Amino acid sequence: MEAGSLSPVRGGRSLVERPSRARALDPLLRWTLTGLAALILVLIAFFFIRLFIEAKPAFDKYGYAGFVFHNEWVPSQQLYGALPLLVGTLITSAIALLIGVPVAIATALYLTELAPARVRQPLTITVELLAAVPSVVYGLWGIQVLAPKLQPAEQWFSDTFGFLPFVGGQISIPNYFIAGLILAIMIVPIVSAISREVISTVPADHKEAALALGATRWEMIRMAVLPYSRAGISGAAMLGLGRAIGETIAVTIVIGNAPDIGKTIFAQGYTLAAVIANEFGEAASDPTHRAALIAAGLVLFVLTLVVNAVARFYVNRAARPAAVPKGMAG
Amino acid sequence: MSAVSPHAVLPGVSARRRRADRFARGAVLAFTLVAIVPLVLILYFLVKEGLGAWSASFFTTDPTGRFLGDPGGIRSAILGTIEMVAVASAIAIPMGVGVALYLVEYGKRSPFANAVRYFVDVMTGVPSVVFGLFVYIVLVVTKVAGTFAGWKGSVALALLMLPVVTRSAEVVLALVPNSLREAALALGAPRWKVVLRIVLPTALPGIVTGSLLAVARAAGETAPLLFTAAFVLGVNADLSQRMNSLPLQIFNDVGQAQDRLVQRAWGAALTLVVLVLALTVLARLIQRRSKLAA
Repeated sequence: MEAGSLSPVRGGRSLVERPSRARALDPLLRWTLTGLAALILVLIAFFFIRLFIEAKPAFDKYGYAGFVFHNEWVPSQQLYGALPLLVGTLITSAIALLIGVPVAIATALYLTELAPARVRQPLTITVELLAAVPSVVYGLWGIQVLAPKLQPAEQWFSDTFGFLPFVGGQISIPNYFIAGLILAIMIVPIVSAISREVISTVPADHKEAALALGATRWEMIRMAVLPYSRAGISGAAMLGLGRAIGETIAVTIVIGNAPDIGKTIFAQGYTLAAVIANEFGEAASDPTHRAALIAAGLVLFVLTLVVNAVARFYVNRAARPAAVPKGMAG
Repeated sequence: MSAVSPHAVLPGVSARRRRADRFARGAVLAFTLVAIVPLVLILYFLVKEGLGAWSASFFTTDPTGRFLGDPGGIRSAILGTIEMVAVASAIAIPMGVGVALYLVEYGKRSPFANAVRYFVDVMTGVPSVVFGLFVYIVLVVTKVAGTFAGWKGSVALALLMLPVVTRSAEVVLALVPNSLREAALALGAPRWKVVLRIVLPTALPGIVTGSLLAVARAAGETAPLLFTAAFVLGVNADLSQRMNSLPLQIFNDVGQAQDRLVQRAWGAALTLVVLVLALTVLARLIQRRSKLAA
């Protein structure tokens, strides 16, 4: 830059500079804040290393694949294969996504494109309140109200659609489906909030162009809004998945905590997070058990890490639509 | 958005397309209502079941732990939650705001700042149970100053709050107009004064909002406390001892077969939700007052 040569003093200092005493605090503040930021990196590194060291005995004993994919979790016999837990986590999260994501996207579409201006604000706040309800309260409501009330409906479904895979047989009151349903409710606010953000970046002229060409509101959404925000919405769903995988207490209360892979979605099960919350008390006196639980925590951690990384990739790409040149978008 | 419906001006829209439009819009509205139903139901049952448990003694007595007879109230749980969350906030909020100040004022787009940003994001995604497990490994198993303790619960909650505070503070700090900084620097103010006296106060309402939301989230967390503060009946102001909390009290009572304990769980849940909602509403009110539109 040539402009630099115009300033009378080099190094960007001003002519009216105060005595250096006034600036003595500058490096102090700068390095304190930098230190705090560096502390975060140190903390994460320490966090990962400690978890890994503590989980190592379990991995040494059963092997990495053996621990993750062995289908037997019987602490009393020192058998620690996390497959039933992993499968439980995946089943409940899948149910949560199947139910929660369409609802969340519809909510986001309604709030951004269809809702009358009058109801927009109150409705948005209402949906966000769902995120404020603590996990343990969802669990309490789930096991005391939702699970018993839904049992007849689940039994009817199970009897009527018994020919479908993973459906049929007796209904257990705590089960995969109830856990998935509770998770679906819990992920709606986050998926809907991120989707709303993404949808609001759709340029107005794309939408107006669709409407001007004679599209109905729905056609405008289908042809202009959804294609533009598809990546971001996928990212939002992935963030919801990350939440669902890691959710602990609500699931622990409503899933029944049986360490087997249930035959149907109405069977009791277990998840990685739930097993940690439930068994760590017994594990206090048994180092192998403790290592196995920490290993389960590590698997959970890596799983959420991957899911969130993918989610962030999609959401960030949607948040910065660099592909659209300024002149065209403006 | 145009107020005139497109079909009014364009008679050419066929009946089939109009039907599809009506149907799709109806479906979207129906799904939106479906999203609201659980909230209404939860609040209804909380009030219905929870209010029945509320009484003066509910808030002024501790859980007795007796299997028969009077189960007691939730005083120790309320006090424990307030105390642990307060200590967690005292750790996480200054740290989080400090990191955010670094990112916005000093780090900007440097590789180091981007790395910090990335790992703060990573922390946001870490399940709370894993944070609890971590503190359990580092502070409880190793018997740092005894086993389970209230302050260890606070540390776990602080870890959980830290990324939330940092991210929200960063967003607000970035909204502070550069002209303010430049004006102050041009007047000869040292950098530290610009950061602490100009930028920070300008962004304060937004930072308070983000912090309150983080506090609300921490107050409702169960899993991290399970491994760190453990469960205890009596009131205990000493942070180096086990400490009761509302979420753990609820978690403990849910699993009991006795109706009276389940009812206490409902009462405690209503208390917790009122507390969390109050914090959330307060946060939103402060946000509305803020001059920086987020």
